[in-house]
Amino acid sequence: MNLLINYEEVTSMALFAIGFTMLVFSRNIMKKILGLNIVDTGVYLFLASMGYIEGNLTPIVPSTGDVNALEYINPIPQGLVLTGIVVSVSFSALMLALTVRLYKKYRTLNLDKIYEMCRKEDELE
Amino acid sequence: MDFIMNLPFVTIVLSLFSAVICFAMKDKKARFVSYFLLITSGIMSALVLLYNLNSETGYFVYRMGHYDAPIGNEISAGLLEPAFLLLFEVVMFLSLAGGSQHIMQDVKAEKHKYFCIMVNLTHAALAALCYTNDIFTGYVFIEICTIASCSLLMLTKRTRALVAATRYMIFSLIGSSLVLVGIILLYSITGHLLFPQLFSTIQGLWTTGEYTFPLTIALGLIVSGLAIKSGMFPFHFWMPDTYGTATPAASGILSGVISKAYIFLLLKIIFRVIGYEVFLDSKIQYVLFIFGICGMIVGSVSAIKTNNIRFMIAYSSAAQIGYIYMGLGLGTKGAIIAALFQVVAHSLTKPMLFLSASGLSDTVGGRHDFASIRSSAHNNKIAAISYSAGALSMVGIPIFAGFIPKLLFSTSAFGHGIQTYLMLIALAISTILNVLYFLRTLINIYSPAKVELERKTITFKNSVAFSVIVLIMSAVNIAVGLHSQPIISVFEKGLELFINIR
Amino acid sequence: MKNKFSSLLKEWYEGNLSFDDRMNSEPEKVTTIKEESEKKEIRIVKDVENAEQKLTSKGYKFFSVIFCVILAVVLIGTVNFMPLFADNNTPTTNEVYEHYVGEGRDQTGAVNTVAGMILDYRAFDTLGESFVLFTATCAVLLLLEQSKNKPIKKRETFTFSNDPIVCTVVKILTPIIIVFGIYVLFNGHLSPGGGFSGGSVLGAGFILFAMAYGEDNAAKIIKPSIIRVITICSLSFYCLAKSYSFFTGNEFNGIHSIITPGTPGNIVSGGLILPLNIAVGFVVCCTMYSFYMIFKRGRLD
Repeated sequence: MNLLINYEEVTSMALFAIGFTMLVFSRNIMKKILGLNIVDTGVYLFLASMGYIEGNLTPIVPSTGDVNALEYINPIPQGLVLTGIVVSVSFSALMLALTVRLYKKYRTLNLDKIYEMCRKEDELE
Repeated sequence: MDFIMNLPFVTIVLSLFSAVICFAMKDKKARFVSYFLLITSGIMSALVLLYNLNSETGYFVYRMGHYDAPIGNEISAGLLEPAFLLLFEVVMFLSLAGGSQHIMQDVKAEKHKYFCIMVNLTHAALAALCYTNDIFTGYVFIEICTIASCSLLMLTKRTRALVAATRYMIFSLIGSSLVLVGIILLYSITGHLLFPQLFSTIQGLWTTGEYTFPLTIALGLIVSGLAIKSGMFPFHFWMPDTYGTATPAASGILSGVISKAYIFLLLKIIFRVIGYEVFLDSKIQYVLFIFGICGMIVGSVSAIKTNNIRFMIAYSSAAQIGYIYMGLGLGTKGAIIAALFQVVAHSLTKPMLFLSASGLSDTVGGRHDFASIRSSAHNNKIAAISYSAGALSMVGIPIFAGFIPKLLFSTSAFGHGIQTYLMLIALAISTILNVLYFLRTLINIYSPAKVELERKTITFKNSVAFSVIVLIMSAVNIAVGLHSQPIISVFEKGLELFINIR
Repeated sequence: MKNKFSSLLKEWYEGNLSFDDRMNSEPEKVTTIKEESEKKEIRIVKDVENAEQKLTSKGYKFFSVIFCVILAVVLIGTVNFMPLFADNNTPTTNEVYEHYVGEGRDQTGAVNTVAGMILDYRAFDTLGESFVLFTATCAVLLLLEQSKNKPIKKRETFTFSNDPIVCTVVKILTPIIIVFGIYVLFNGHLSPGGGFSGGSVLGAGFILFAMAYGEDNAAKIIKPSIIRVITICSLSFYCLAKSYSFFTGNEFNGIHSIITPGTPGNIVSGGLILPLNIAVGFVVCCTMYSFYMIFKRGRLD
């Protein structure tokens, strides 16, 4: 069983599944945004654990002398995590701004109710 | 002539830069910058296309930095990339210019600047999605494309647009998360992010049988994420809301360009990352095939049921995207060429339909239901002509662009056992349904008005830009329908390059 | 029969036929307009109630739990076949990683390999990344920015400007936070940190200041025009600098980059990495601060 060794990846994938379910099924916009953030957290944990190598150093090399690459951990996943964080911040900000506008108009955070009211408006038009 | 190899990167950086410049400008100048950008980058894409058609390899790779492929980042241009970017630029320019009158009405005056910024950013993202040779760069620009296109939708004055934007954002977010997790799974089993290295590693892994299960899951996640973002059948619910409420120019850009850009990236990933053989071997194609056929039928049936002309056009988009996925799902070269041509025909026709439908509904004060727009053709002849051209093209009448992909699909269908029958039956049913709902609108708009429903006539005037642009669009549509052979030959060559050159 | 069908067809093409009604109920009798609108109201209320029922129904929750479990099982099953955690022989420890760590310092001049990677080898991604932030700022601005003619609504917000404890603490903390942010920004190529983290720290310092002393006072010091100018200048500089390095990176152009890595470990080293870090930091700082101000006040000034 690799699952016991890959416990960090298992946790991250469980987080992804929970967040994704919230993103898809929750009818509350705030919960959807929270779900999005949980999804992203799962992805960061996966990336961070993927770059980790037992006993190796952080990838900040000494300024002089030879560098043995095998003594350091993989820097690529860290760069990817950085990108992921930025994207997730942008999406959260945009979704929150949308939520503010929707709440000002409809006074509810429930998407089903918002769609219902929308249809009502259309029919009365 | 080597200078032309710089142009793909110039296109991307120039459009990013012009978005920043527009942020500091007044409305009028920003609009001028947007048009200028679209024209110049259209010329640049055409130059790249010509250069590649005349060069020996027909293909070049441009380093984004000082280092070669596995270390640095790069972009690449074959024949399909500049061709599709050119198509997207033309469609964006036409729908912007044709819809400028509606943008003035539908968008608040102080926010016109943001419309231009978002158009520039969308263009940058499209160029990067077309030219990218790195899967993670693809992801970053998918996100820019999502936010920018959602903003185009949100700019419409009505609050209804905000609800539509929320729905669109949620579906986009679901797609993006799937793509992201697919990419990191792929990275963790291959160790590469650039297309050529990913391709060779995946070929090796597939033949040795190592990591087959994670590989299949990762590829499935990426494909399904992009399919959700482009509106494949079970996930097409955002389409009518989105396309039906945005200002016509934005609906044209969203339906004609952005969903097509995701499909193009998917095609690029299928050929340049997964590899044609592995793709055929992995059975993902059958899923695409079945959902494509379901999308064709379900989209058409929904279009028949609705009573709103813009919703009907939007549902018809779902059906047309079903055609594309059916072609990708069949997997033969002929079917994929047909799917590519379907992309061209659809993105030329849909903006025209949206524009002319809004032109028709202007005659009755902006109402979109069929009872209201009855006999509106007599009040707005130019819009009616281009609407008829678009409707006939979507139905698949010869001499229009929409006829060619249907012909190609049916010729490529033969010789695949049960898939042949499924495909031919689906084509027949969906064509009949298409005829039903498009003919209905045509009869409706041309039939005389009912006497008892006497309405006060609303004075309106088509702007010159609108009339010229919808006529140009109809002419382009007919031209593409009449001279399809050069386009098909470019696609064939480009597809060969996709399959062969690494 | 034939007549009925043709009348149905006529109704459909004129757009008077609603499929949902026909499936749900008997064909309605001809009613006056007033009754019809009342009926519509009733139906809408019913629909809203139905939707609420759907929400609370247990089947919905049950279905989502099932979906979650299936997704988790598939993904965890995938993990079972993945490379091992903390192993030094995974597919990701390949020649790319060795090159980034082994040669990165000498080629880029950055001691921090991650900074060297994101701002030199894979700079195109990072360019896109800062534009994601820019796009999001524009999107939030267009959604929430109120026009200048409208007066700001005085909401019952609680400000700390008269609170002696909070004000004193913030007075001491803000300079420290800002100096720390600048340190992180300028040492991005030497130590952990860089543009994104330094920019967030700087932004947090300004947000703390705005929170404690009130947004009105903050807006007097940090003017919106300054934020705009800094964002535009940083992003333009980023575009131009990266264009230069992309253009010189290809031999057929015949121009070679005059930017050298410098001596690794010095504060002025790493070629373009230091200025790019500063540009990115400014963009991130302005974005964070403007997010706060827009959400709190509806506009930047």
